[in-house]
Amino acid sequence: MSQLKNQHLLWRAGFGPMAEEGAALASASPASYLKALFKAADKKPIELDVADNTIKGLMMGVEEVGKQQRQLSEEQRKKLRQQSREDIKSLNLAWLNEMVNSEQQLREKMAFFWHGHFASRNLNILYQQQYLSILRRNALGSFSELLGAISKSAAMINFLNNNQNRKGHPNENFAREVMELFTLGRGNYTENDIKEAARAFTGWGADLSGEFVFRKNQHDTGSKTIFGKTGNFNGDDVLNLLLERKETAYWITRKIFRFFVSEEVDEAKVKSLADTFYQSNYDISALLKALFGADWFYDKKYIGNKIKSPIELLVGMQRMLPVTLQEPDNLLQIQRLLGQILFYPPNVAGWPGGKNWIDSSSLLLRMRLPFLLYGSEALTLQPKDDDDQQMGMAARLKARAGRAAMPKLGATPDWSVYLKKFEKTPREQIARELSQLLLQAPLSIPESTLVQSADASSREKYVQTLTLQVMSTPEYQLC
Amino acid sequence: MHIKRRQFLQAGSLISASLMVPRFLQAFDQPYRVPKGHKVLVVLQLSGGNDGLNTVIPVRNDIYYRSRPRLGITRDKALGLTDEVGLHPSLTAFRDLYKEGALSILNGVGYPEPDRSHFRSMDIWHSASQSNEYVHTGWLGRFLDARCNGCDKPTMALEIDDMLSMALKGEQAKGLAMKDPRRLYNSANERFFKALSATHRQEHSEKTADYLYKTLSETINSADYIFEKSKAHPSAASYPATELGRSLKTIASLIFSDINTSVYYVSLGSFDTHVGQEGTQKRLFTEMNDAVAAFVKDLKTENRFEDVLLMSFSEFGRRVSQNASGGTDHGTANNMFFISGALQQKGILNPLPDLQQLIDGDLKFQVDFKQVYATVLERWLSADPAKILGRSYDRLGFI
Repeated sequence: MSQLKNQHLLWRAGFGPMAEEGAALASASPASYLKALFKAADKKPIELDVADNTIKGLMMGVEEVGKQQRQLSEEQRKKLRQQSREDIKSLNLAWLNEMVNSEQQLREKMAFFWHGHFASRNLNILYQQQYLSILRRNALGSFSELLGAISKSAAMINFLNNNQNRKGHPNENFAREVMELFTLGRGNYTENDIKEAARAFTGWGADLSGEFVFRKNQHDTGSKTIFGKTGNFNGDDVLNLLLERKETAYWITRKIFRFFVSEEVDEAKVKSLADTFYQSNYDISALLKALFGADWFYDKKYIGNKIKSPIELLVGMQRMLPVTLQEPDNLLQIQRLLGQILFYPPNVAGWPGGKNWIDSSSLLLRMRLPFLLYGSEALTLQPKDDDDQQMGMAARLKARAGRAAMPKLGATPDWSVYLKKFEKTPREQIARELSQLLLQAPLSIPESTLVQSADASSREKYVQTLTLQVMSTPEYQLC
Repeated sequence: MHIKRRQFLQAGSLISASLMVPRFLQAFDQPYRVPKGHKVLVVLQLSGGNDGLNTVIPVRNDIYYRSRPRLGITRDKALGLTDEVGLHPSLTAFRDLYKEGALSILNGVGYPEPDRSHFRSMDIWHSASQSNEYVHTGWLGRFLDARCNGCDKPTMALEIDDMLSMALKGEQAKGLAMKDPRRLYNSANERFFKALSATHRQEHSEKTADYLYKTLSETINSADYIFEKSKAHPSAASYPATELGRSLKTIASLIFSDINTSVYYVSLGSFDTHVGQEGTQKRLFTEMNDAVAAFVKDLKTENRFEDVLLMSFSEFGRRVSQNASGGTDHGTANNMFFISGALQQKGILNPLPDLQQLIDGDLKFQVDFKQVYATVLERWLSADPAKILGRSYDRLGFI
């Protein structure tokens, strides 16, 4: 029972157990695991910097010359866009790698949550890199600081048009989303609050290299009335007004409950957690300690009840069974086919999650994924174009590639650590032990279904085929 | 032997699809395999933002030619429909359809506060939401929710693709995506998957797992069903060897069977012509033109053209002025084509966009696309549009 609970914590507060997890998985208490997760997250995260030097050079050069993108030639701009897109791919893979290999599981998981919460799409690598850095650095710190940093990030300022928000010509996009999605939630503000708040955010901008700039002459200094309070508010004041409202603590806590515990929200539990959060002055770690430390978090009804998101599925598999890909870009194709690409959320509301991940084709692909990653199956599916990423190149790329679908993934799995776990297990117990390690939801098929299709020619083959089969069950889609 | 489809699917995956064969054999003897009146909608998505102004061309408009000194299509090159309106030179079959009264063109379709980002604007078209609200279900998905309470969901709406679009995802019901019935059949009939589905114990304590098993068994059943139907009366016509040609042939084969599908969804792209628009649009339009021509001919031969409505859309049109790279940038309102043997209003349904009344260089929309959806839902799919779209929109008269 302890093993199931520990795995529950590792799946929710991280991306699942690793093959290296030793005997402690079965014997230690969830409390000791929780402590270890927080301890590992004490350190500052390693900054991910993948931006090509030419991009930095060009951006910085432009800054010095006079902040005008017009200074770049058409050819330079084109190159910049292409390189930027390539670098965002690298950033995706670099972060994915942290999720798989970092001991800072709680931090990466929380940053992943915030990525869905403060959803932003942007084609500028420097903006995206800075955005990710804010998410990861503040993932477990103060929500007030996180909100402030994200609101002032070039990524969000551009994504939600705050750079076009000027005195006399307000653009309400950011003011609306910061209330509806980032803090209060629907129904806790009026249209007039949005209008007035938008005026307070006028003058917020970012330069090409991603630095926040306040354009004083574009700022509306007039008096504004927001939530019944009148004053000469600026953008920071509005964020503070939002944080003063308890609804913000409630809205964030509710979302965290849905993400980490269950889609079926227990209002009483959320209310009590939200109180903790608010009283701690929005200390994210305090909230998470209360949540993961609660006895009810380990209730049977909360274990194995959540559909893994594509990223959780893809990362979780690799934590248990490390794999090296000849063409790491294939991991991006898989993300796209499964419907979740890091840095490309569907809209500012983030990924809807839950049953939305599942339709006939995505389920079949999820169930084939272990055979694609660790077996010899070739991927014959073609993801849809993304015109925001491909900028009109899609047709040409496709024409060049012909109809050739994606070839084999060229993946080399590393079974060594994993296989050792079952070296001494009596053969008739292998299927059960391996299911216990891999699954959070109880198997609803008889063991014979697994055993009958497994390759029994050697112990190694037996463990391998059983493992891939268990990973392709509907139960493995859950955590 | 007359097993109704609903019973068949409920019977589960162990029952072989061969049970259905006698019915197909019967079907071969009938002059009309499909009873008249089974309406089918085919949505053709032109991904990437097709340039509407070079599709339906205002051949008498000076502003058009002034804004597009390089890209404007001259009057003598355009395929004349009326004195003022011409079609892109590659759309010969569309001109023929126009002449015979099987094509309608709706101009200036869009929505208030247009978004110029591909993914967001597509999101708005798929979900039929307002531009400041976020909805995670699609309009056809919600049609499935409304239509299919407890019925064999996934095959009522099919997308010819490897991935299912948001448009076909409802809260409860979802459409099914596949590129080729045989390939779907093969992957769903993976031995281990069938074994899982067959030996799954229903009394599972975990509801979410049950949902997954239910989706699995529906997928396996649907794959069998679609594959059988695709073989019942496959199209014998010749189609161009393009992706859209293949997709429309697959759709035609299914339309000729008695499959329960009402909606097919297929995409062509990318029309994102920032650079070198002339060549790209020509290539894509040739693919569209030839595939649609073959499809319509096939439908006519099989007496199904009056029950099929093909509708095209794009997430936005493009700017009126050309850019410096032989292309056009993201714009707003756009035109839609409707092709059917049963159009009520034919030809050009409303005035061409007014190029004197631009907003920041972009077209002002005349018709909200949700009106088109409301019309199609009510008049073609016999559904309640207000329930699916969340509010009531004026209907149009083309069907």
